[in-house]
Amino acid sequence: MERLIGRVSRVTGPVVYISDVSDAMMMELVHVGRDRIIGEVVKLDGSTAVIQVYESSVGLSPGDEVFGEGMPLSVELAPGLIGSIYDGIQRPLQALEAASGAFMDRGISAPAVSYEKEWSFTPSIEEGVEVIAGMILGEVPETSSVIHHIMVPLQIRGKATVLSIKPAGQYKISTVIAIIQDEQGQQHELTMVQRWSIRQPRPVERRLPLEVPLITGQRVIDTLFPLAKGGAVALPGPFGAGKTMTQHAVAKWCDADIIVYIGCGERGNEMTDVLNEFPHLIDPRTGKSLMERTILIANTSNMPVSAREASVYTGVTIAEYYRDMGYHVAIMADSTSRWAEAMRELSGRMEEMPAEEGFPAYLPTRIAAFYERAGMMQNLNHTQGSVTIIGAVSPPGGDFSEPVTQHTKRFVRAFWALDRSLAYARHFPSVSWIDSYSEYSPDLEPWWHEKMGEDFTKNRNIMVDLLLREEKLQQVVKLVGPDALPESQQFILEVCTMFKNAFLQQSAFDTVDQYSTLEKQAKMMYLLVLYWNNGRQAIRKGVHLSSIRQLEAVRALVRMKLTIANDQLALFDTMEQELIQAITKLEARNE
Amino acid sequence: MSSIPTTEKDILSKREYVGISAINGPLMYIKNTHSIGYQELVECIDKDGNVRLGNVLDTSKDVVVVQLFESTTGLNLPQTRVKFKGQPLMLGVSETMLGRVFDGLGRPTDGGADIIATKELNVNGLAMNPASRLYPKNFIQTGISSIDGMNTLIRGQKLPIFSGNGMPHERLAAQIARQAKITGGDGTEEFCVVFAAMGVKSDVAQYFTKTFEESGVLSNVALFLSLADDPSVERTITPRVALTLAEHLAFDCDKHVLVIMIDMANYCESLREISTMRSEIPSRKGYPGYLYSDLAELYERAGMLKGRKGSITQIPILTMPNDDISHPIPDLTGYITEGQIVFERTLHAQGVYPPIASLSSLSRLMKDGIGEGLTRADHPHLSAQLFAAYSYVKEVRNLASVIGEDELTDLDKDYMAFGESFEKEFIAQSFTEDRTITETLALGWKLLSLLPKEELTRLTEEEIEEYYGK
Repeated sequence: MERLIGRVSRVTGPVVYISDVSDAMMMELVHVGRDRIIGEVVKLDGSTAVIQVYESSVGLSPGDEVFGEGMPLSVELAPGLIGSIYDGIQRPLQALEAASGAFMDRGISAPAVSYEKEWSFTPSIEEGVEVIAGMILGEVPETSSVIHHIMVPLQIRGKATVLSIKPAGQYKISTVIAIIQDEQGQQHELTMVQRWSIRQPRPVERRLPLEVPLITGQRVIDTLFPLAKGGAVALPGPFGAGKTMTQHAVAKWCDADIIVYIGCGERGNEMTDVLNEFPHLIDPRTGKSLMERTILIANTSNMPVSAREASVYTGVTIAEYYRDMGYHVAIMADSTSRWAEAMRELSGRMEEMPAEEGFPAYLPTRIAAFYERAGMMQNLNHTQGSVTIIGAVSPPGGDFSEPVTQHTKRFVRAFWALDRSLAYARHFPSVSWIDSYSEYSPDLEPWWHEKMGEDFTKNRNIMVDLLLREEKLQQVVKLVGPDALPESQQFILEVCTMFKNAFLQQSAFDTVDQYSTLEKQAKMMYLLVLYWNNGRQAIRKGVHLSSIRQLEAVRALVRMKLTIANDQLALFDTMEQELIQAITKLEARNE
Repeated sequence: MSSIPTTEKDILSKREYVGISAINGPLMYIKNTHSIGYQELVECIDKDGNVRLGNVLDTSKDVVVVQLFESTTGLNLPQTRVKFKGQPLMLGVSETMLGRVFDGLGRPTDGGADIIATKELNVNGLAMNPASRLYPKNFIQTGISSIDGMNTLIRGQKLPIFSGNGMPHERLAAQIARQAKITGGDGTEEFCVVFAAMGVKSDVAQYFTKTFEESGVLSNVALFLSLADDPSVERTITPRVALTLAEHLAFDCDKHVLVIMIDMANYCESLREISTMRSEIPSRKGYPGYLYSDLAELYERAGMLKGRKGSITQIPILTMPNDDISHPIPDLTGYITEGQIVFERTLHAQGVYPPIASLSSLSRLMKDGIGEGLTRADHPHLSAQLFAAYSYVKEVRNLASVIGEDELTDLDKDYMAFGESFEKEFIAQSFTEDRTITETLALGWKLLSLLPKEELTRLTEEEIEEYYGK
């Protein structure tokens, strides 16, 4: 299929111009020069074309030959994806290490998944059955927590009949496991591996409403700014505000079935951290290692910029593939700003007319298209699955008015703004309760009511209201000091401080605190609201704030996140009794 | 490299072109050449026979754009000869380069013998495979409390110093280079320093040479100096040359290399200058859109690799223009590096050395490099508590400036006292003071004991029991 499509006429960074172009296609995968550097056709103009190359273009010179593959840049989809680490164009980094050592040489390649390994395949349909694209032919236990469903490739049109299917057994992914005949009478040999172009969303039957939250175990997110399964959220913050920490925490503890973690133009050591840490962490829901549900895409900041641009698409395509099997997939894209900057760099090299801050005018279109690949879907095979996107944004100078943050805001419905001043005080996760929002909250309300009871939302609203009142009071405090306020108002400050320290702040490193079940969150919030109600009453009866503050039962509240594990909820009841009694005693002493 | 056969390429690479079409600043345009590779090394020989080096920035059938690393002064169009070398800029590296002084392109300037290279390496380096990296978690004791205690430096980390003009970043860098040691190593580790100066004044370079000499480490230091009066383009090569040697020392010679790069602001200025000259589309403040990727190519060369003993730890130093941390240079640096040590001018004005701003400084790798078995079990909580308390101090100070110190609550007055001692005793130390981590932690506890126990919410009861007020 490979054919000569032209010759290099100019090289400038990752952008290569070619001339004498024959029949190159837009977005076609190409190989350039003797090192066979991978590239993609991004512009066609008469007999010239522009290619962006995914590896260093050092040494390329005019006259070098360019070969076209006849297909767009695609990912290989087959059992064996989970637990792997890939670069931005799905080259397996561990296999590349074996091939070229610790440093990434050019022109090396390896199949994305092993063609040697044998998988245990069990058919789930019989010969003679009619199938359509996306239908499940059989299953393979990919890891101990994920069953990989082998599906009819989406390239098949219309109905097809299964002529033969392999019985249960051990097969390599390249083995033909089924032969089907389509409506035109053409026969297709199906293996366990299929390809899909990264820039084209995989089709679905229809979109479903977003009604179920993605539980992250992070209190500030679950209670204040919840995310729906199938939703999209932006996570902006200046450097050092804890974007990566928050992404890691969500990747570790959220209740998705599959995690695709895209390190897009970020630090190499962070990916190593994930690679080291995840295999040893246990998923609280399945009891299995977290690595058994995780796929990593690592295109670090020093790796070629065009592969960085491709990395988010590679990630989202793999996510959609697992969604088609009926799984809930969460994507961490860290960071979408680096992706946008890669677009800017390539656009600049192609001498396109820039819009804001040098970004190309198509930036919002690309951002919108990416986030729209999130969703809760009714798949072609009638299963339901979702892709949730959590996109980190790194605004220059922490200024949220810059183009990437602003355009992202238009296409996501939740916004977890990270606050530098919270991070400076080492308050993590540093999600600001003033600037953040979640439009999913009202959609998810019925779910909360059904699963957690009405108190959960009621208590949550009380706390949100108090935080807003505190914000206003702080303005006054800045002018006159807290002592000038009446005790009733000082108590608002006190309760909010408590809420921030005891509830919103959560340690990612403490084994008890790193993950809170919804039940624990509800209990904690209930106790804090109880403290607010009873304390307020006591103050009305003339009890001094300072004596409430010094109560042992109140001080215990601050530490409850650390002292009470998810499976010790009964301890909260004891704590509740102690708190009620202690405050009642104070009131009695005062009378 | 390209599809031209090697023999043919050899012949071509010996070919010289006489005459260039245009010169603009450091850029030369040459027309009608054979196929020239992108980033190929170029030798440019002027009419008097002096050789200057450059590389190819843009290549096409019609015209090749060459950037000279050296000044273009004195070149003329018809008589200048150009030779394309068929390969990118290489550096001959050797362990014997330690103890020597080089110019910004890696040529000896100390009058010593020529370097006999054991290996020729492309100065642009190759990206480390993330799957081959070893996650850094060995604590480096710098002897400076505000770094060891609050923003711990880890072997294999890239931790820049964000400073401003007139602040003592040179002294701090020199002090770190002198005092840095690894606690709990097996004693066989070999240390060395690779020092890259970009556009700094010659007396600053001399200061470093002198300090290294006085502390007796000069024989373990390789200095690459591209001084303020050297051509600005040379600066874009200097850190690459220095890091290429560092990679050789770390991954071929098993050494622990500390790379100090000063001043990254000058490096970025040079990039902007070249970019503007090529009329590229600028992004923020005229800096090129690829500034992030370019800086990442340097910073990401820090790290450790599986199966190799050595490591590269980077301390890039940059002066923030107008002390503005949101300026593109510190901003992009902060997004790539694993934390930052930020200097604060008000502390400096109060005579506090080193003037490290505790709140905006950060070490991202600290979390895995401290605690039980590494430094001490209470270290993570202690540093979190110091951060939280000091951050509250800042709030109290703001309040005090409005309502007056006398009106503060007793608790807030305690915090004021804590803040004062924290700056005067914990942050401040002398240039020669080398504190062990135990001393630093003890000092932290001594200061926290100024606050009532109930305020220490980040620490566990047991830790408070063991160390509070002791």
